[in-house]
Amino acid sequence: MFGPEQGHFALALACVLALVQFAVPLWGANRRDARLVGLAPYLAVSQLIALGYSFLCLVMCAVSDDFSVQNVAANSAVSKPLLYKITGVWGNHEGSVLLWTLILAVCGGAVSLFGRNLPDILRGRVLAILGGVSAGFQMFCLLTSDPFDRVFPAPMDGQGMNPLLQDPGLAFHPPILYTGYVGFAVPFAFAVAALIEGRVDAAWGRWVRPWAVAAWCFLTCGIALGSWWSYYVLGWGGYWFWDPVENASLIPWLTGTALVHSAIVVEKREGLKIWTVLLAIATFSFSLSGTFLVRSGILNSVHAFANDPARGVFILALLAIVIGGSLALFAWRAPSLTSTGLFSPISREGSLVLNNILLCSICAVVVTGTMYPPFMQLLAGRTISVGKPFFDAATIPLTLPLLLAMGVGTALPWKRAQLARTFSHLYAAAGIAAIGLVLCFWKLSGVLPIACGALAIWVIAASASDVLRRIGIGHTSAQGVWERMKHLPRSSWGAALAHIGAGITVLGLCGMSQAQHAIVEVHIGETRSLAGDDWTLLDVHDYIGPNYKAMQADIAIRHNGKLVTILHPEKRDFTTQSQTTTEVAIHTNFITDLYGVIGDRHGTGKDTTYVLRLHRNPLAPWMWLGGLVMAIGGAFSLSDRRMRIGAPKRAAARNMARA
Amino acid sequence: MNVTRRGILTAVPIIGAGVLGVGFWRMLSDMRSGAFDPRAIKNPNVGKPIPGFAMPGLPGLGDGFTDAELKAQHRPVLVNFFASWCIPCVAEMPGLRAISRNMPIWGIAYEDKPENASAFIQRDGSPYARVASDRHGRVAIDWGVTGVPESFLVAPGGRIIWHGSAALDPQIYEAEIRPRLAGL
Repeated sequence: MFGPEQGHFALALACVLALVQFAVPLWGANRRDARLVGLAPYLAVSQLIALGYSFLCLVMCAVSDDFSVQNVAANSAVSKPLLYKITGVWGNHEGSVLLWTLILAVCGGAVSLFGRNLPDILRGRVLAILGGVSAGFQMFCLLTSDPFDRVFPAPMDGQGMNPLLQDPGLAFHPPILYTGYVGFAVPFAFAVAALIEGRVDAAWGRWVRPWAVAAWCFLTCGIALGSWWSYYVLGWGGYWFWDPVENASLIPWLTGTALVHSAIVVEKREGLKIWTVLLAIATFSFSLSGTFLVRSGILNSVHAFANDPARGVFILALLAIVIGGSLALFAWRAPSLTSTGLFSPISREGSLVLNNILLCSICAVVVTGTMYPPFMQLLAGRTISVGKPFFDAATIPLTLPLLLAMGVGTALPWKRAQLARTFSHLYAAAGIAAIGLVLCFWKLSGVLPIACGALAIWVIAASASDVLRRIGIGHTSAQGVWERMKHLPRSSWGAALAHIGAGITVLGLCGMSQAQHAIVEVHIGETRSLAGDDWTLLDVHDYIGPNYKAMQADIAIRHNGKLVTILHPEKRDFTTQSQTTTEVAIHTNFITDLYGVIGDRHGTGKDTTYVLRLHRNPLAPWMWLGGLVMAIGGAFSLSDRRMRIGAPKRAAARNMARA
Repeated sequence: MNVTRRGILTAVPIIGAGVLGVGFWRMLSDMRSGAFDPRAIKNPNVGKPIPGFAMPGLPGLGDGFTDAELKAQHRPVLVNFFASWCIPCVAEMPGLRAISRNMPIWGIAYEDKPENASAFIQRDGSPYARVASDRHGRVAIDWGVTGVPESFLVAPGGRIIWHGSAALDPQIYEAEIRPRLAGL
């Protein structure tokens, strides 16, 4: 019922359905044939069902330890815990491509179900584009990375999973990140459909924005989760390594953030139309290219999938069709989209333009830094690496004006703002930021961390004061405040929350720039001090876990003689994979993380020493907390009535026609 | 044709995507032919004289050797860093034995107990003309070794002319080492 052959067949069936989903509605839309266009949602849902069934089959193969399936034999084992048998399905190349297409199909299903208020032709075209992309990736899955490939004879047990990946954080990181990546396929499809139709208007901006915001929320969560994972699992004390794979997720996040903002201008002022369409295309293109770069092996990264240039050629061809095709369509049709809005630089839309320029500049820097090494090697034959110093030096100066503008932007009215009046709203926030600056001078060292820290406080204060002013705190009665709170659009709450989240993340980054660490070699009972805390190695003992041997340390941390906590970092040896992992011990009070790692044991008897790595990471949890707050802000604005209802006029018109 | 903002906005993405696409395609096709390897390790010592060293031998396999002895050779020598604990080194041995019919290979046991290293290379017949022990990996640091197995082609007079950071086999010998011997 749920065997590998059924799964393989369902995948092929989904691929055929996706091809039909691509061809029929487009043809129908051209012939203005409502029946053909009307098939699109049904095709999308059937494709989703077929693909969901296929994925379920793969999960069942993994759960039932069917080692005749190559993918399961290579990545699973009988002794693996059930949770990791399930999540291990997407922990490898083949399974993750299947998950990728499944999420794309879910997006298609969501457009079919939630897009009922869209004009039929537009919905048909959007679904057709999604179907086309789906078909391409399902063909990739079937032809070059078939997850249902069989082996004969089937091995008795599988080879097991990389112990580093046996972690709940990583188990759910890929689905969330992929939902973010793939979610941007919907704005992309909207952009291409709009180009085919030759019309972008306020209604289009309103339709496309919730999809972009939803994808953005997932991508934000995915990046934060990945960064958190590398912080507490890899045990290097770092949180972001400017690794090509991390950059591959940051690049679409930056253009996606720009898209979420520029779509507001399309919705409110019918401006920036071409730019928004281009951003929608670019964001999804970057998502796709990221997937390609990771899997082709071109980029030298710690996150290596089993690389295969043959797969790379297939994805590159797919990219050429999707990206090349959409950009060619853009070049051909964009001139027909006319912009109506003219706007002054000092206005809400002006500040959004500035936001877009800065975000895209940061994006250009990250793209350059990521692509420079492989291109340098290709053209000059020299191997170089571009790392943290470049990215820090190039991105932070662009982030400073971005933070400054974030605080001012939401306080500006649309069309034309009076500077004096706007600034009068911001006195309080500026005052708090000034206090913050003093605080930063006291606590932080270095010009850039101080500037970033003060500006982050400014963003938080300005966003909070903007909401407080709108709900009339200070000049309306309590009853009035309550009324205004209820009527303030959710999207305003969402924007303020997202901006506050960004401020919290930046504060966390500033705190982490002051992190201190020490690598010490100590005997049992010895004490070392780091930044005012005394770390004592109390004891080290060995124990045997389910599929590993472990060495666990007890480290007491005292501050001024008072016990703060006892950390228990571990080092685990996984015997079947002959791999060692470190289990970091972290004590957090949400202001400072005390982070301990145990390394090697040296010597024997009384001379036994242990290598310990001690970290003191100020404000570390704020980085991910901020990401979460940003995503919650996005989700809040998604719940806004205006986002859900779509274009009321059109719906009303259709209802009238029906009546 | 006059340059407009809209023209730039449509041209730049297409040109950018095109350049990236052509570059990626070149990288992929070079990766298949082996000309482009993103994980290649470039050794800065290639083209330079070998560093100074003196190492003891392994039990039952004669004395070690020094840089002076290596420099005094009249034929090119392949210097191979290996270890008995290294799985690719085990896999490399048949290939090394095949290569050793064409040219001398001198082995350096990297961070290995001398008795283990000695037993390891004598198990199926040693490919090495001479063997030395780099017990604590000090010499390997001077050579710029990042892992085992790694091999260096040393010209008479002691100049390093080629470096390989993968397990050697006759194919690599024919493709990379033999053409370089012709010029010596």
